[in-house]
Amino acid sequence: MRFSIYRFNPEADNEPYMQEFDLPDVNSEMMLLDALLRLKAMDETLTFRHSCGEGVCGSDGMNINGRNGLSCITPVFGLKEPVEIRPMPGLPVIRDLVVDMSQFYHQYRSVKPYLVVHDPEPEVEYLQTPEQREQLDGLYECILCGCCSTSCPSFWWNPDYFRGPAALLQAWRFLADSRDQATAERLDSLDGPYRLFRCHTIMNCTDVCPKGLNPTKAIGNIKKLMLKQMT
Amino acid sequence: MSYGDSSIPRRRFDSLVIGAGGGGLRAALQLAQAEANVAVVSKVFPTRSHTVAAQGGMNAALANVLPDNWHWHMYDTVKGSDYLGDQDAIEYMCRAASHLVVELDHIGVPFSRLDNGKIYQRPFGGQSQNFGGEQAARTCAAADRTGHAILHSLYQQNIRAKTHFFDEFFAIDLIKDEEGYVLGALVLEIETGEPILIEAKTTLLATGGVGQLFRTNTNARINTGDGLAMALRAGIPAQDMEFFQFHPTGIAGKGMLITEGARGEGGYLLNNDGERFMERYAPNAKDLASRDVVSRAIYLEVREGRGCGPQGGYVHLKLDHLGTEVIKKRLPGIRDTIMTFLGIDPVESLIPVYPTTHYTMGGIPTNRFGQVVVPLQQSAEEPIPGLYAVGECACVSVHGANRLGGNSLLDIVVFGRAAGNHIIDFLKENRHHRAMNQEGVALALERLARWEKRGDGESVDELRQALQSAMEEYCGVFRQEDVLQQGVDKVLEIERRLADVTLKDQSKLFNTARIEALELENLVDIGVATVVSALARKESRGAHSRTDYPERDDEHWMKHTLFYKEGRKLDYKPVRTKPISVDSFPPKKRVY
Ligand SMILES: Cc1cc2nc3c(=O)[nH]c(=O)nc-3n(C[C@H](O)[C@H](O)[C@H](O)COP(=O)(O)OP(=O)(O)OC[C@H]3O[C@@H](n4cnc5c(N)ncnc54)[C@H](O)[C@@H]3O)c2cc1C
Ligand code: SF4
Ligand code: SF4
Ligand code: FES
Repeated sequence: MRFSIYRFNPEADNEPYMQEFDLPDVNSEMMLLDALLRLKAMDETLTFRHSCGEGVCGSDGMNINGRNGLSCITPVFGLKEPVEIRPMPGLPVIRDLVVDMSQFYHQYRSVKPYLVVHDPEPEVEYLQTPEQREQLDGLYECILCGCCSTSCPSFWWNPDYFRGPAALLQAWRFLADSRDQATAERLDSLDGPYRLFRCHTIMNCTDVCPKGLNPTKAIGNIKKLMLKQMT
Repeated sequence: MSYGDSSIPRRRFDSLVIGAGGGGLRAALQLAQAEANVAVVSKVFPTRSHTVAAQGGMNAALANVLPDNWHWHMYDTVKGSDYLGDQDAIEYMCRAASHLVVELDHIGVPFSRLDNGKIYQRPFGGQSQNFGGEQAARTCAAADRTGHAILHSLYQQNIRAKTHFFDEFFAIDLIKDEEGYVLGALVLEIETGEPILIEAKTTLLATGGVGQLFRTNTNARINTGDGLAMALRAGIPAQDMEFFQFHPTGIAGKGMLITEGARGEGGYLLNNDGERFMERYAPNAKDLASRDVVSRAIYLEVREGRGCGPQGGYVHLKLDHLGTEVIKKRLPGIRDTIMTFLGIDPVESLIPVYPTTHYTMGGIPTNRFGQVVVPLQQSAEEPIPGLYAVGECACVSVHGANRLGGNSLLDIVVFGRAAGNHIIDFLKENRHHRAMNQEGVALALERLARWEKRGDGESVDELRQALQSAMEEYCGVFRQEDVLQQGVDKVLEIERRLADVTLKDQSKLFNTARIEALELENLVDIGVATVVSALARKESRGAHSRTDYPERDDEHWMKHTLFYKEGRKLDYKPVRTKPISVDSFPPKKRVY
């Protein structure tokens, strides 16, 4: 199977280039990560992040034939050849497929992604009905892989101002939590033309999310809640 | 590239935590909330730590579903450990469990819920009511993504507490002084390839398990036992390394885990005759017997020709009778995994499973305050000043010879918090940093410099694979003298070959090849500890099954192994059979 992979080591290369690889004996059980690991066994300098190998740690987001995804849960069979692999777009490249995710993490931290409760703590668990808990499904599962935010044109152009889909999904995860008591502060901090409202509902984020989550819908929910609070 | 002198950058903190899994983050949170100045170093971004992969849940006798209390939980844990667990630590953990689960709820963990709004609990293996009676339901779950839920919530609270993170920094070695105090660690910034020295009054190791020692395993690539190997190199023994847990239900041939929660929800195992064979091996607990018991049963079924599939190499896990609703709601994560990696849907198909290496029961010896303890003049358990360890890299020992499912997530939060509290006290009495030991720093730097060697040699990847295959072949589920002896020879040969391994990638920038080389060194040290300890233990206990010594031998072997790197020396210390406040559970024959 043929691959064309983005290579760039700023220590050695003047500019990025695409390197062609040919991998024999590819079988239908193989994930793209398996293929990359075999290529790395041939060329140790090929650099990418990975860890769990099963789509739960979020390390190996990359751009595969023009679309962001996790290499460890992308079967190689069925990919158009040569399989073109690039780093996730819009973030500075450190080396090969490894990008600097600082801005992405910064936006995540900015939405105060933690439960805030002002009442004194009871000695038992907070009660939450199964229906209330269900509101968190499709939100808490985010693995912070960055596939969504780095597919979002609004995030490419305004990574300093626009929170991006991943962070906004988390903002909604806490707004939607019946235990949380910081709704007003959360909404206030998202007000203004950029942080939330740069989203133009292009849906790229939802299209690519490898966990099947829906940031666009979460963003819509935040907007709705804001309107409701204003009236 | 050269790391010649000691003018490398330094950072100073009150407290250093190495590892940002559940254990490290729980400790860091305790410290940050007490306003200690704490640095957390992790070789991956915190939420990528392997705690994220834990599925089924965390044990606590909340009694939300069935009657329960902490004392029954303690009994099950002692029995599950095959009487190698330390009963003071087990009592402490089981008593603390409910409070810690409630605390996790309060910091935001999205536990699944019962109709009355309380936390959902499911049955797991080895759980009983009333000291060996009916099945209990003790495992608190967030669907089958409990580890993810806990890890993310702990990271989030650390953001709130303003913990200082060094993300993608790789710890190389501990620095000690002449008096035995631990002064911090040398770490490598992966992005730049530059070493820095982190000085701290206390250092906590929370670097997780060593599943990567074996070829087929449920662990992430990063689970290479770095902290344990750092401790070994610092002269600290590794405890009970012969005890590795093989999880009964890994996806056959691939290793991805199918949580025990799948059987807790009512799934069961079938052999090729369609027989529910666990009924023969464990008439009461059946598919929810302890993991060592179920894994051995699967092996025997396959060995005796009752395996499924074209080569008869696995058994089937049946979930299709549970109904779509239960599977979608309670087991959505494993359904995803099965569909992705097998292309089948558990709602309608049987799942091929086989035992796979899962959990490291052994580790760095500690007491229940998380202090690393070693035999010195005064006693078998004297603390090393300034050094702590928690989580899967530690051996406290609550799991003994066999861990119960759901007890590890509990272990990491209970002892993460306990270590945090002990460190806070230690800091009150030790207000100043001690003088740096330059020689120690130079030694640690040498470990890095070794990889600057160029030329042709074996690759890291080849040698790692050789090690993993050797461990699986010579030190697997069933063990015996001559095979283990060959295993020792093999692993020592691999240790010698390590000296000739070279790196083709000599770049400084984000050099993952070099990280893997450093990890391989760690794996080899632990591989040696494991086979040597396994060869010496002439009995069968928990996960360590010797075909040549099939019985447990309490008279000679109810003791912990201690392996020292220097001279590959073995020593032993007694099990702490005395709990804190209740009566001891004396060893009994273990039946399920
Ligand atoms: C698939 C799977 C499912 C599981 N399910 C359950 C379950 O349902 N219930 C249960 O109780 N237990 C379960 N376990 C076990 C449990 O998840 C682990 O034992 C536990 O999470 C370990 O936590 P930890 O904090 O000790 O280590 P980890 O979460 O492994 O964290 C280790 C940390 O150390 C860091 N680190 C390691 N080496 C270095 C280094 N050299 N330099 C810097 N940083 C380093 C890593 O970056 C990471 O942050 C499961 C395990 C697996 C593999
Ligand atoms: S829907 Fe909004 S957040 Fe998602 S890609 Fe489009 S602009 Fe970005
Ligand atoms: S929402 Fe999906 S794509 Fe975005 S970071 Fe989370 S898991 Fe990744
Ligand atoms: S390696 Fe963990 S998500 Fe792909």
